[in-house]
Amino acid sequence: MAKFKRDKNERVLSIRDLNISFKTNFGVVRAIRGVRLDLFQGETVAIVGESGSGKSVTVKTMMGILDSNGSIDSGSILYRCIDKDGNTREFDLAKMSQKDIRYQLCGKHIAMVFQDPMTSLDPTMQIGKQIMEPMIEHGYADKKEAAEKALELLKEVGITEPEKTFKQYPHELSGGMRQRVVIAIALACDPDILICDEPTTALDVTIQAKILEKIKEIQVKKNISVIYITHDLGVVAKVADYVAVMYAGRIVEKGNINEVFYDPRHPYTWGLLSSMPDIDTDSDRLFAIPGSPPNLMEEVVGDAFAPRNPYALKIDYREEPPMFDVGGQHRVASWLCDPHAPKVEMPAELKVRIEKMKKEAGIND
Amino acid sequence: MTEIRKPLLHVENLKQHFRISRKQVTKAVDGISFDIYEGETYGLVGESGSGKSTTGRAIIRLYDPTDGKIIFDGHDISGRLNKEDAAYLRTNMAMIFQDPMACLNPRKKVKQIIAEGLEIHHLCKDQAEIDEKVNNILDKVGLSREQATRFPHQFSGGQRQRVGIARALVMNPKLVIADECISALDVSIQAQVVNLMKDLQDELGTTYLFIAHDLSMVKYISDRIGVMHLGHIVETGTTDEIFENPIHPYTKSLLSAIPHPNPIVEKKRIAMTYNKDEMGVDYTAGHEHVLSETHKVLATDEEFARWTSES
Repeated sequence: MAKFKRDKNERVLSIRDLNISFKTNFGVVRAIRGVRLDLFQGETVAIVGESGSGKSVTVKTMMGILDSNGSIDSGSILYRCIDKDGNTREFDLAKMSQKDIRYQLCGKHIAMVFQDPMTSLDPTMQIGKQIMEPMIEHGYADKKEAAEKALELLKEVGITEPEKTFKQYPHELSGGMRQRVVIAIALACDPDILICDEPTTALDVTIQAKILEKIKEIQVKKNISVIYITHDLGVVAKVADYVAVMYAGRIVEKGNINEVFYDPRHPYTWGLLSSMPDIDTDSDRLFAIPGSPPNLMEEVVGDAFAPRNPYALKIDYREEPPMFDVGGQHRVASWLCDPHAPKVEMPAELKVRIEKMKKEAGIND
Repeated sequence: MTEIRKPLLHVENLKQHFRISRKQVTKAVDGISFDIYEGETYGLVGESGSGKSTTGRAIIRLYDPTDGKIIFDGHDISGRLNKEDAAYLRTNMAMIFQDPMACLNPRKKVKQIIAEGLEIHHLCKDQAEIDEKVNNILDKVGLSREQATRFPHQFSGGQRQRVGIARALVMNPKLVIADECISALDVSIQAQVVNLMKDLQDELGTTYLFIAHDLSMVKYISDRIGVMHLGHIVETGTTDEIFENPIHPYTKSLLSAIPHPNPIVEKKRIAMTYNKDEMGVDYTAGHEHVLSETHKVLATDEEFARWTSES
């Protein structure tokens, strides 16, 4: 079923044991605690989690825009690309200075689409100019070529009258159109990796679907890799090939999309999937994960999810679970997957729901 | 359906226009009518700019409606308010806002924020009664009494929204207008807040006007739904009618846009598009077609015949 074999040679980005902390007035916040993740050529990885789970911090580090009080304590982010002469080059983003990342990689190799299109566009600059800017700054094209390419990009992202939009200002466009312009800017220098940080949360549902379909279309056409950051599992289901679920700075479950959605193993993933409102069921109560995410200012002992976890074992309060290999590309950080652990089934309601989903999708096992 | 149910809120031909300049008028809400019955939840959905928030704000009189009638529990609250009606409206209708950080005064303690309405309207004899009411409501929304002496910034998003709900409910209002009250929260917290609102409704019998753009959440909480687009209610009906048998193409496109957490199905699905101008739909030309006692669609005769034959 998996579309991507995840061949080692096609790895564009590999994050290894990344630890990031922030110094604040109240103490040190350990925002990222040992993240390990790979991204392959042409693949879409979605990072899912609540706010404060560290998903945005991870990608901000790649872009060299980590806040000034943050520091990378250990780990590496290897980025591999093929330069103009056909040589393979490798960069360790965790060791490079922010300045170097921004001069050498940002825009050209790694580009980002932010959540709110109004705040990521310059209100005093014409749309066309804003798209031309990165191309000219990076020495990618001269002014005339850049203008031509900008028009082409506007057409590509689905704007019906590119010539008119070229001369307009951001405030003259609707939210969906603005986000399309931001995507056009991100694609201006043909990046290898496109990072989308909650690209559709500020948009309406009807437009959301359109934008996601557009990003997908462009991705297939240009064969770029995309990282999605989102908390919406519906969006993940639509776009992702590979999913990483983050909680309190750690990846608690990862695997290809079908593994995680049709056979979730971590209690947190169970909770997330069951708290999604399902329009087909008649039950009138939503499942809610009790409590709220932990404060990372304090040292986390054991599994950070244990206090909110009805299935928590004693060991969850003492020792942090390692990543268990549960077959395929599926990895789960939960003691429940340990061979010695008691057998715990997912909640019955969720099981019914997943069975129904499988039937709709036409898989039987 | 019970016949003797009487509407708590009756809105008739409500219009809310904003004058932008001498020549330009924005018709945010352009002639909508609906009833909300006691003890039920009416969900108002639509994309941004459809006028759903404006409707909520016009009903609670944060705006002065341009035209139309709003009758709340026998009191006419459209037009100029006399003293009694104003007092009745302010004590019996409350609102929960979208962003819990922006709607709570950062310089006041949670207890003061919640008690403010009680104090202004002199609803309590003495401080002890106020304290008792505040403590009761804090218990109900699941906050501890010690937390009442804290400031809003010391709470998490979900807890702040609980404070917002407590503030709205402390006066024991008949109608609560919840304007996108869960959109700013995390998924796992959204479910908590929706469940809390449902529990409180069962306990206190409050009526909700639930404004949201997320149809799947609205389905969980609402008894009846009104779908708004560009200032008109294009379709209204019970939750089942809207979800099982949508007639208006805009409703259909909204329903098709809900993402499902089912990767294989979701990847193949392409959302329906709805373009009012391309389809030649004119809301002002249409009138209400009644499918059943509760299910109504705004359309011209010809459109109505076409849409019903399609589905």
